[in-house]
Amino acid sequence: MPRNFTPKVVTANALLEGDAVWLTDDDRWTRDISQAELITDEAHATLRLLEAQSRVAEIAGAYLADAKPGDNGPEPTHFREAFRTRGPSNYAHGKQAGL
Amino acid sequence: MYVYNDFDAAFVRNRVAQFRGQVERRINGSLTEDEFKPLRLMNGLYLQLHAYMLRVAVPYGTLNTAQMRQLAFIADKWDKGYGHFTTRQNIQYNWPALRDVPDMLDALADVGMHAIQTSGNTIRNVTADHFAGAAADEIEDPRPIAELLRQWSTDHPEFQFLPRKFKIAVTGAAADRAVTRAHDIGLVTVRNDAGDLGYKVIVGGGLGRTPMVGKVLRDFVAKPDLLAYCEAIVSVYNLLGRRDNKFKARIKITVHENGLEKIQELVEERFAAIRPDFTGHDQTLLAEIESAFTPPAFATKSTDGYEAARLANPAFRSWTDTNLAPHKAPGYAIVSISIKKHGATPGDATSGQMRAMADIAEKYGHGELRISHEQNVILPHVHKSDLPAVYAALRDADLATANIGLASDIIACPGMDYCALATARSIPIAQQIATRFDDLKIEHDIGPLKIKISGCINACGHHHVGHIGILGLDRAGVENYQITLGGDGTETTTIGERAGPGFSADDIIPAIERLVLGYLNLRRDADETFLQAYRRLGAAPFKDILYPREEKANAA
Ligand code: SF4
Repeated sequence: MPRNFTPKVVTANALLEGDAVWLTDDDRWTRDISQAELITDEAHATLRLLEAQSRVAEIAGAYLADAKPGDNGPEPTHFREAFRTRGPSNYAHGKQAGL
Repeated sequence: MYVYNDFDAAFVRNRVAQFRGQVERRINGSLTEDEFKPLRLMNGLYLQLHAYMLRVAVPYGTLNTAQMRQLAFIADKWDKGYGHFTTRQNIQYNWPALRDVPDMLDALADVGMHAIQTSGNTIRNVTADHFAGAAADEIEDPRPIAELLRQWSTDHPEFQFLPRKFKIAVTGAAADRAVTRAHDIGLVTVRNDAGDLGYKVIVGGGLGRTPMVGKVLRDFVAKPDLLAYCEAIVSVYNLLGRRDNKFKARIKITVHENGLEKIQELVEERFAAIRPDFTGHDQTLLAEIESAFTPPAFATKSTDGYEAARLANPAFRSWTDTNLAPHKAPGYAIVSISIKKHGATPGDATSGQMRAMADIAEKYGHGELRISHEQNVILPHVHKSDLPAVYAALRDADLATANIGLASDIIACPGMDYCALATARSIPIAQQIATRFDDLKIEHDIGPLKIKISGCINACGHHHVGHIGILGLDRAGVENYQITLGGDGTETTTIGERAGPGFSADDIIPAIERLVLGYLNLRRDADETFLQAYRRLGAAPFKDILYPREEKANAA
């Protein structure tokens, strides 16, 4: 029996700015998690991660993060990943600055 | 203070040039992240949750005014106008772009600073008592020996790939303001019975996953022997330390697993073997370094104005009660500038504040500044007659908070607001505790209290040695905060005991409030500090306050 697979997004840090980015289904890196490709199949997730990791001149440290479908697209499920979509809580810096 | 000689200057520039090339090769894709990572870490560059982070060493916590101004310049030009002072006397920039980092390093080199060995499995920034060169109780200024250790450890070919990172702290007084007992090597300046200067050498202290109080390796190492002795220790560790398990690789585990006696034996053997190679060059160098640390020309003038100002201005008096420490020169005081305004991020200073502190140091403080491991800034030499003016200038820069050593003078690591290793946030907890105690207006009644917060088991926030320690954890996808009690980071270093189950982010602030208000009822009198009361009464009454009985009954 295959294990239940928790949906994932491929995420990384942008090489130049260092901020969080997510992989879209048309192979762009987006700064908005809701634009990311939500992956529901384990084998596909492994493949997408390998593809992401090969893009060495664009990102660093790609990994698979748990996510869930939301009204506007994928949403983080863990607080760490939620912070990565916003920025720190002590200043309005990072992604939340543009909102 | 020490000024780079030609060798130091060329060395640092050369490293920047090398790193510039490495960054270029990373950006054009010829280096992968796996290849680049060890190179950037050797130069203090981390990749965190939201951006890169550059960690710059402030060796033994000492800065001159030009350096402080340059830190402000870097914050404005390449970061977001502020910097974060850490518990290891470093400053961290949270928002550099990769392309800019070589320029930042060049700007640091312009004022004799660098980020070398602020990461990686090497000997890290050598820290020292932040009152060094000024404290009334000091036997000798520990900074020259710290500088000698810095020069020796920088790019030391034998020690670039140690089993794990290695931290050294030095204090020049019996009072331990450098947490020497929680370092891989802690050095305490002492005199032996014959009156000779030397060091008590403590080894194998450390916090983190397995907190341990350092053990005395030797009660007295004569000053001329110190460098060879330290080399012997690191050399023994380099071979004996475990490389199979990251969590067992620090020297504290090596000492624990092999026993102190075995380590003593091996170190003495190695010391005997290498001591003859130290033919005196290090002592010549040390003498040169020492001449760079001669005390400033202290002024002799009346302190009447100071006393009058204290009587006239209660806010000034309150500040002098908490933020001053005894100085060795008559008429002088050591000023601690609190970087812990209630509700602000512990250790964060804006570029404007950095410049204000540099200006004040230049005008009233013989041009000297220090960074403390408690994330505050020190003006080591201020004549008391200048204190009213210093206080006024600090107020203008929003730096006059009178809370040194009190409940709101909290150490907090960056936690999950920045750090990629974090399991929970620490900054908002510190902000809320400080704000709460400020609202209650009781922190002066509470008296000396050290609250320390870490955002993960690595314990950069020193929570194990806080009178009250708070450790942020991830419990099933929710932030959870565990309390330890009775820790102490001074010469009587003690690891705090876990109080019980953790608290949610919402419950931790009321829990701390309950605990501290409860202490006020438990203490014998107003002079008995939290730590003293805890030591007298033991953990039980404090646990009863944290976990009231009906809750226990309900939980059962
Ligand atoms: S204690 Fe943990 S969360 Fe805090 S700075 Fe250190 S590694 Fe990061």
